[in-house]
Amino acid sequence: MKEWQKLALVILVFLGAYVIPWGSPIIRQSGLEAFLMLQEYAREHVLTCLVPAFFIAGAIAVFVSQTAVLKYFGATAAKILSYSVASVSGSVLAVCSCTVLPLFAGIYSRGAGIGPATAFLYSGPAINVLAIVLTARVLGWQLGLARAIGAVVFAVITGLLMAFIFRTEDTARTTGALYLPDDAGTQRTLLQEASFMLVLVLILIVAAFARPSEGSHGLWPALFTAKWYITGGLLVVLAWMLAQWFRKEDRIEWVQSTWGFVKQILPLLGAGVLVAGFMLGRPGHPALIPEQYIHALVGGNSLGANLFASVAGAFMYFATLTEVPILQGLIGAGMGKGPALALLLAGPALSLPNMLVIGSVMGVKKTVTFCSIVVILSTIAGMTYGWIAGL
Amino acid sequence: MKQIEVLGMGCPKCNQLEDRVRQAVKELGIEAEVVKVKDIKVITDYGVIITPALVVDGVVKAAGKIPKIEEIKTWIT
Repeated sequence: MKEWQKLALVILVFLGAYVIPWGSPIIRQSGLEAFLMLQEYAREHVLTCLVPAFFIAGAIAVFVSQTAVLKYFGATAAKILSYSVASVSGSVLAVCSCTVLPLFAGIYSRGAGIGPATAFLYSGPAINVLAIVLTARVLGWQLGLARAIGAVVFAVITGLLMAFIFRTEDTARTTGALYLPDDAGTQRTLLQEASFMLVLVLILIVAAFARPSEGSHGLWPALFTAKWYITGGLLVVLAWMLAQWFRKEDRIEWVQSTWGFVKQILPLLGAGVLVAGFMLGRPGHPALIPEQYIHALVGGNSLGANLFASVAGAFMYFATLTEVPILQGLIGAGMGKGPALALLLAGPALSLPNMLVIGSVMGVKKTVTFCSIVVILSTIAGMTYGWIAGL
Repeated sequence: MKQIEVLGMGCPKCNQLEDRVRQAVKELGIEAEVVKVKDIKVITDYGVIITPALVVDGVVKAAGKIPKIEEIKTWIT
């Protein structure tokens, strides 16, 4: 940080402390909402949802071979495979936008080309395991599922459209070798790796199991009462797997990579929750921004509401996962389900800073086209989902 | 003199790699220039798609992971 930036920060904080009417009831209420929302996350979501998800993300980063995925992005890979892999590989490769951009640039300029590159850029941030899990947990499984499916399907469409629009220019790229990381051999079989991941995912699902509605019978209430026993049993299985199949350095690497994600994401998410709580409040509790504004802009499922949500999402920058508390606040304040999905799709995929980087890689014309396609498709996805949810 | 480049757009892992490289250089007591490369075009020109990556005298040594200090030492001596 340069000295003048520090000075600017000091002045900003001072002005904030001096000018903002902290004593007014609305500001007091908003400040309280910020911390109540933070407490809700701490009590409801951190232990049973985020912590297991961090371990899964860490396991994916360490144990899943990136090279196996990356080879489908080479210039010689079959096109249909490139598109399919590009649209789903965000779940394995991309957790923060700083990994997404170099991958995008590499695939675009030296690998499989503009179609798979843009498909990856669209779906990457939306389908990593942390994003899906937290979206489903906080905003409901319907929206979580719609987000994952929407991201994958529309990623392929975006990629194909981009490839079609710029089909004549695609040959001008310099195709060169991609440097793939060496595939460090493991001593585990595919079956062992798959069952290890399965146990991790099961722990996450069972531990996060929500209380079934009163008076429901059958499997769900039975599962709910037994959930801590099942979780305990799964943990024992996990411990056995770790002891039998993994070397000491594998285990250390796993914990380190998990800790890396925690350090990277948790502070930002906490700050995001505080800001969302301050501005929007928990569902049913108004805060700084009056609910009628939100209702007027993004309420219901009109074309205008969906389009506004897409455009706003495209320009706004969301740090990893912060889109979730912000959406929670917005939905609680009257945002429609359709516009919520539109924002979830367009939001993390694009932001003003990353548009600038994309622009420097593939030029203004293609960037503008890409952003327009993202906005239009997200609007369509939002309207469709809003229509289905309203049935 | 060795020319060492750390490629990465500013993620935490890239800073960690830079720290390790500097430590390796210091422990070996060799003369080396450590440069941080943030320009996405330069990164792509090396063919690197997963950051952080380590380039020694124009040759990509590692990508997508943070190598151990011992490993780094063998590349820069």
